[in-house]
Amino acid sequence: MAEVVTETRPAGNALAAVRRIAIVPAFNEEECVSQVIEEIRAFDPDFDIVVIDDGSTDATSAAAARLGAHVVRLPFNLGIGGAVQTGFRYAFENGFAIAVRVDGDGQHDPAQLGLLLAPVLADEADIVVGSRFATDGGYRSSRSRRMGITILARTLSAIVGRRVTDPTSGFQALNRRAIALFAADYPHDYPEVEAALMVHKHQLRMTEVPVQMRERSAGRSSIGALASVYYMVKVLLALFVGLFRKNVTPLEEVK
Amino acid sequence: MTPLVVSVVAAIASVILIVVVLELIRSRRLRERYALLWLLTGVVLLALSLWRSGLNTIAGWVGIETYPPAVLFAVGALFVLLVLLHYSTVISKLHDQNTMLAQRLALLEQRLRERG
Repeated sequence: MAEVVTETRPAGNALAAVRRIAIVPAFNEEECVSQVIEEIRAFDPDFDIVVIDDGSTDATSAAAARLGAHVVRLPFNLGIGGAVQTGFRYAFENGFAIAVRVDGDGQHDPAQLGLLLAPVLADEADIVVGSRFATDGGYRSSRSRRMGITILARTLSAIVGRRVTDPTSGFQALNRRAIALFAADYPHDYPEVEAALMVHKHQLRMTEVPVQMRERSAGRSSIGALASVYYMVKVLLALFVGLFRKNVTPLEEVK
Repeated sequence: MTPLVVSVVAAIASVILIVVVLELIRSRRLRERYALLWLLTGVVLLALSLWRSGLNTIAGWVGIETYPPAVLFAVGALFVLLVLLHYSTVISKLHDQNTMLAQRLALLEQRLRERG
């Protein structure tokens, strides 16, 4: 995994008091998931870690269990949306106040979690998204993908009425309100864009902070060029229809 | 030449199809993933209904000289076949997943029972 220069603030004492969990969705990431877990612990050893094994056919679950992470094994591949929502349900049912999502492929650098957590801890945001494009981070990705992200970013920015630079970023921190919403309903396939619309309609506060992401070190990107077009159409359709949807009810706290 | 009334009726039917599909998505009774093919069907049929000279041209290509609107039936039937085939693959996948879920659940129950 390539080292990148990171700029983080120490999470400080505000973090010590809250129950917090890192949700790590992983699909066939036996080579990466251990390092992700160790890096989360290096950032903060008191993070609970739940690895959602999305129907892997390799030793992802075993690798995660060996390091003492909680492992939820899905019986078959649900796709990223279903996997991540499983994590939110776990976080909600087990009473966590704050959740972060760190993908099991190693593209999210846990050393930067402090940046994501600060606005949540200060109660300035319900959900914080790490953006690759908020500054000139020099993130490389395929042309079709970059173009797709630009179109989605423009559409989403117009709908929510503020600038969204990285609508597909899964590197996020959430408070319990956001966890309760996503535990109740989370989009499928390519969920972050539609999730941002849900957040807007539910009047939760969402902010972006600039982060750097790493190149994928192992495995393959889940999205090819043709699939990008398909997802683009699907997500734009979902955004359009989503505007006219009734809001779901977030999960209720059990007293 | 396609009679005007055929074009109008076909266009109205296509629009109804598109609106119904969109409403089903909105009310969460149909997932976007399974709606795309239906929407494509509606859009193609709508385009062929409105683009009357195009319909005649296509009819010429495929050797339908006497009654161009037959192309609408053919295209509609083709898309319905595609949708059905797609659903067959979806059902097969659901069947496999259902089997796996039943097995997992049964094994889990057995493990719980033996622990007393």
